[in-house]
Amino acid sequence: MKKFNKERVLLAVAGPVIALVLAIALTSIVLLASNRNPFEPYVLMLQQLPYSDVQVLIINQAAMYYIAAIAVALGFRMNLFNIGVDGQYRLAAVMTAVVGANIGLPAFLQIPVLLLVAMFTGAFWAGIAGVLKVTRGVSEVVSTIMLNAIATSVIGYVTLANVWGVQVGNNMTTGVMKKSGWFPGINLGSDVGDIYGMVFVAIALGIGYWVVLNRTRFGFDLRATGASESAAAASGVDAKRMVLVSMLISGAVSGLAGLPLLLGDSHTYSLDFPAGLGFTAIGIALLGRNNPGGIAFAALLWSFLDKASPALDYATPVAYEKEIATIMQGLIVFSVVISYEAVRQWGLRRQQRQVGAELAAAAAQNTKKEVAA
Amino acid sequence: MKILYGMQKPDEGTIAVDGEQAAFSSPADAIARGIGMVHQHFMLADNLTVLENVVLGSEKLYGIGGNARKKIKEISDRYGLGIHPDLLVEDLGVADRQRVEILKVLYRGARILILDEPTAVLVPQEVDALFDNLRELKSEGLSVIFISHKLGEVLSVADDITVIRRGTTVGTAIPSQTTPRQLAELMVGSELPTPETAESTVTDQPVVTVKNLTVYASGGIASLGELGAQPETATAGSAGAAPGADVLTEATTPGAAKRVLDDVTFTIHAGEVMGIAGVEGNGQTELIDALIGTRNADSGSIEFLGEDITGWATRKRRESGVGYIPEDRHRQGLLLESPLWENRILGHVTEKPNAKGFWLDIKGAQDDTRRIVEEYDVRTPGIDVTAASLSGGNQQKLIVGREMSHSPKFLIAAHPTRGVDVGAQAQIWDRIRDARREGLAVLLISADLDELIGLSDTLRVIYDGKLVADADPATITPEELGSAMTGAATGHLEHHDSDGVSGEDQDR
Repeated sequence: MKKFNKERVLLAVAGPVIALVLAIALTSIVLLASNRNPFEPYVLMLQQLPYSDVQVLIINQAAMYYIAAIAVALGFRMNLFNIGVDGQYRLAAVMTAVVGANIGLPAFLQIPVLLLVAMFTGAFWAGIAGVLKVTRGVSEVVSTIMLNAIATSVIGYVTLANVWGVQVGNNMTTGVMKKSGWFPGINLGSDVGDIYGMVFVAIALGIGYWVVLNRTRFGFDLRATGASESAAAASGVDAKRMVLVSMLISGAVSGLAGLPLLLGDSHTYSLDFPAGLGFTAIGIALLGRNNPGGIAFAALLWSFLDKASPALDYATPVAYEKEIATIMQGLIVFSVVISYEAVRQWGLRRQQRQVGAELAAAAAQNTKKEVAA
Repeated sequence: MKILYGMQKPDEGTIAVDGEQAAFSSPADAIARGIGMVHQHFMLADNLTVLENVVLGSEKLYGIGGNARKKIKEISDRYGLGIHPDLLVEDLGVADRQRVEILKVLYRGARILILDEPTAVLVPQEVDALFDNLRELKSEGLSVIFISHKLGEVLSVADDITVIRRGTTVGTAIPSQTTPRQLAELMVGSELPTPETAESTVTDQPVVTVKNLTVYASGGIASLGELGAQPETATAGSAGAAPGADVLTEATTPGAAKRVLDDVTFTIHAGEVMGIAGVEGNGQTELIDALIGTRNADSGSIEFLGEDITGWATRKRRESGVGYIPEDRHRQGLLLESPLWENRILGHVTEKPNAKGFWLDIKGAQDDTRRIVEEYDVRTPGIDVTAASLSGGNQQKLIVGREMSHSPKFLIAAHPTRGVDVGAQAQIWDRIRDARREGLAVLLISADLDELIGLSDTLRVIYDGKLVADADPATITPEELGSAMTGAATGHLEHHDSDGVSGEDQDR
């Protein structure tokens, strides 16, 4: 019995490892094809790792990826494809920034209020897609993509000068948030920077995600729905309610994704607030197999590629394009999909065979005993 | 079987076709060698014609037009299949569909046919017709591998019998020199089980009372429209119904939808097993769905232990004591890629020993899974293997064990022994009988008429969504039941009185 547990772990790890090896190999081929050294860029990027300031950048960025990817993974676990994380977290960040700039409560109230505003906004935006799916059968893929576009327009409106916008130079912002709403971080010295306090919120979210999914009735229903819609319905899961609730939770989580940066560093929402986090998160959730530990690893890897790649541009004697990292990220997503499916099928078949073999062996022993007796 | 058809590779051993060694890495290889397979579940596209279905995937052989049509007619005539190439498959009955499957295989040039449980969906008269077809094929020099767990059929149609038990050949037999009993002993390794119930345990205490239950073909589906419930609905109503049955649809229905369940009324008492006979696709699925609550009743009521549960959600019904052995265990009864203990939780996630309040009780569920595995003789190396790695019979035993563990008061048992080996079958029957003695009410839906007759206290026949006939299982024969299943007979199935159940007259 233990053997099957061990095997599960092996299978779980085999997928990502194969995917990464494949992605690196393919990237090297791309490098070779463009007459570059196929290995040096990796070395150059790895050389960035020992620097503390790069480490802090990686961790901070990873926290944002992590939260967004948890939101995506929640949907994935029940076969809901929440592509709308992107719109949800940006809209949530804007609303949080506006509230933070206009309301000044003491810090112990201000920060929870801001977190709630973000979660509520995200949940509301995702909830629209949820309601549409439940009542009208609209595919969440379509509606969330459209909601992303609508969110962009809403943000454009909110940041207008005559609404809540404040012009700084030629950048539109939402004004600087009140100091009580700045999430305290860990200061590692002026040349290294702060680790955002929200990093710990992200870790807590990951733990919460695992506990809810694996240890609660709700989580079981959610996973059952993802594993087999028809079996879940027969077991008594109310599919509609499940869709709506998971959409709301997924939206609430994604609402938090922009906050590490907003509450920890920028303290205002401006035109250069990072966009596209929600799409990156889909790849990260895939690579992490919707598992909180796996997603953490994937988020760190992604963040490392992001933050270490600029060094390629300044490498001597030969500079490399930092887009190599982007190519690699794309290839990772690509190989993840292939390798996971292959490993999954192989694993199922292998287990079937093993169980068959074990039972046959047991049966053979029984008959031998019968004969002996 | 899967190995012969190239779907799985052998670990050891060889296959010789016409004395020549062969290795198959895909079904295409097997087809090239002249091996064809007729699956238990038909693989036909309903909205295409017979011709289109047959040429699909082998357009290169005879094209897709006149040539192909000629070839189909030729095959159909030669083997007496009686198939018209231009009919839509959705208009065909189950038996005709099966002949289309056989034709498909022959069209691809098969000389060896594998038939996997071909009689499971047929009524006795259709089985005889199928056997005539098979004899025809045989006389033309083709070989047929006929896989079945029904002993009588094997004995009547086969020239040579090989008995396989738990993956090994346990014996061979020649039909003319073998009795069913000897064959059964080979199969089970012990005596032949019969589904007969000893004494009646029926009480006068009603458990389930269904009144005028009606469900329309479209709408009223509890699950999400987009999520795959629709194809089922589309095919279920027409699968076995004879052409012309649509006339019965009344115009009073919203959108003039077909009634897949029409005015169904019955009562099941404590300690009673009520069997429902019928060709698949005549409303059984809808009846089950309405009872378990995955589909809403459009009119009528369902009463359970004196309470009206018509509007209850599935979970509430299950919590209050409705057990459910689903028709299709892979789609409705199991999470195939989850470990056994998670499958033990499925359907009973709110109940002990699986949950403590809001939290799952994983240890409790695992311990109880071990108990079920032990008590119900589920053959598995452990409770952490996935459900998919168990054989069908063992999966079914797990499901039966799970449902029985919550001491249900009403059990919906749909094909409880389908695809289950004879040994497991006997165990499952025993469990149902034991529970019945303790006052369980059972709705038994099965395509195995022997099982229905042997296990039931009362029998009803469903045809085109209506309960058209009833019968006394003590005296009825499978043949008599079969004629009612095709709609040829209605009312009380005995020689004299005819206090019909539905009173509807639908003689053709």
